[in-house]
Amino acid sequence: MFQKIYAWFDERLGLTTIYNTTLDRKVPKVNWWFTLGSASLFLFLLQGATGILLSIYYVPSPDHAYDSIQYIMTGVSFGWLIRGIHHWGASLMVLTVFLHMLRTFFYGAYKYPREFTWVTGVILLISTLGMGFTGYLLPWNQRAYWATTVGTSIAETVPWIGPFINQVLRGGTDLSAVTLARFFSMHIWWFPAIIAALIGIHLYMVIRLGISHVPTAED
Amino acid sequence: MPHSPHLSRSDFVKVVTAFLGSIMGLIVGIPAVSYLISPARKGSAADDWIPLGLLENYPIGVPTLFSFTRTKVNGWERTVNSYGVFVIRKSDQEVTVLSNKCTHLSCRVNWIEADQHFFCPCHDAQFGIDGEVLGGPPPRPLDAYTGEDVKIEEGNLFIHFVEG
Repeated sequence: MFQKIYAWFDERLGLTTIYNTTLDRKVPKVNWWFTLGSASLFLFLLQGATGILLSIYYVPSPDHAYDSIQYIMTGVSFGWLIRGIHHWGASLMVLTVFLHMLRTFFYGAYKYPREFTWVTGVILLISTLGMGFTGYLLPWNQRAYWATTVGTSIAETVPWIGPFINQVLRGGTDLSAVTLARFFSMHIWWFPAIIAALIGIHLYMVIRLGISHVPTAED
Repeated sequence: MPHSPHLSRSDFVKVVTAFLGSIMGLIVGIPAVSYLISPARKGSAADDWIPLGLLENYPIGVPTLFSFTRTKVNGWERTVNSYGVFVIRKSDQEVTVLSNKCTHLSCRVNWIEADQHFFCPCHDAQFGIDGEVLGGPPPRPLDAYTGEDVKIEEGNLFIHFVEG
């Protein structure tokens, strides 16, 4: 019965082909450092799932941001767990993405023909940091407010166009409701869309070119 | 490869992956569903005994307005609502408590001393001192706090107030 249903879908969707190309690829003998990419992907999906859940209750307005998070933490069943996973998952994701980059660098896996995979990976790393920076403001507590004040002030030190960049980031001269709204938009729409698209390209390149082996003495 | 009675390595990995995946799915899935339906599982009926002060402070035979506020909390939002009741003391221990909300469209009624009736300014409704309809559009008498919804403890008057 199950075989028949599977065959029906397989004939139309090519499930076996997808399985063979994505999961049954030939890979060289590698070590645990090669799991960091999958770990980063898993964390991105986990952050997406918990983030969607948090957006059920969170309100990106100075009047309600802090109170709505207090409500998530104390008034909603397992709210503390969902937010806790999102909070710690964020730090862990920055860590795994960064270690993934270091592995690629030290094994020389960025070399021909994988330069473009490396370029998309660099943008993914920067976007992950962008997620961290924009997400940090959303609790709208003292730490969030002043961390963003300092962070956007650093952008101001760029010669000539620094003050302009600062105002674009803040949506004005000061941190305000406008800043919170645009950081929220960046955090839940812009960066996730960019990251999802780049992960697609990144994985396509990995499947198309295969992964590099652990360098030997001759390399 | 000859047919082995034991589980093959790849089948073993499949079973373990499916098993661990199911456990992880449940660990994440159950709290997630509970998180989503959480506000629906909380009761909304809020009732309380409202103290209206010493009964002896209310004049006999004259409806006296008592106003109070109740705070309602929905999630992170707090709403303060104002309510009013008329206390009509008949004798030392006998008392009638009427809501000041007109039963027509919920405007607030006033006691008109000269005419000895409650008057609603919205549609000219009139109620008698016991809340009965004397004229105008209201469908029923003013809501009254009677029986078990009124109590007097150590000279203090209380009404049993139910929100909504």
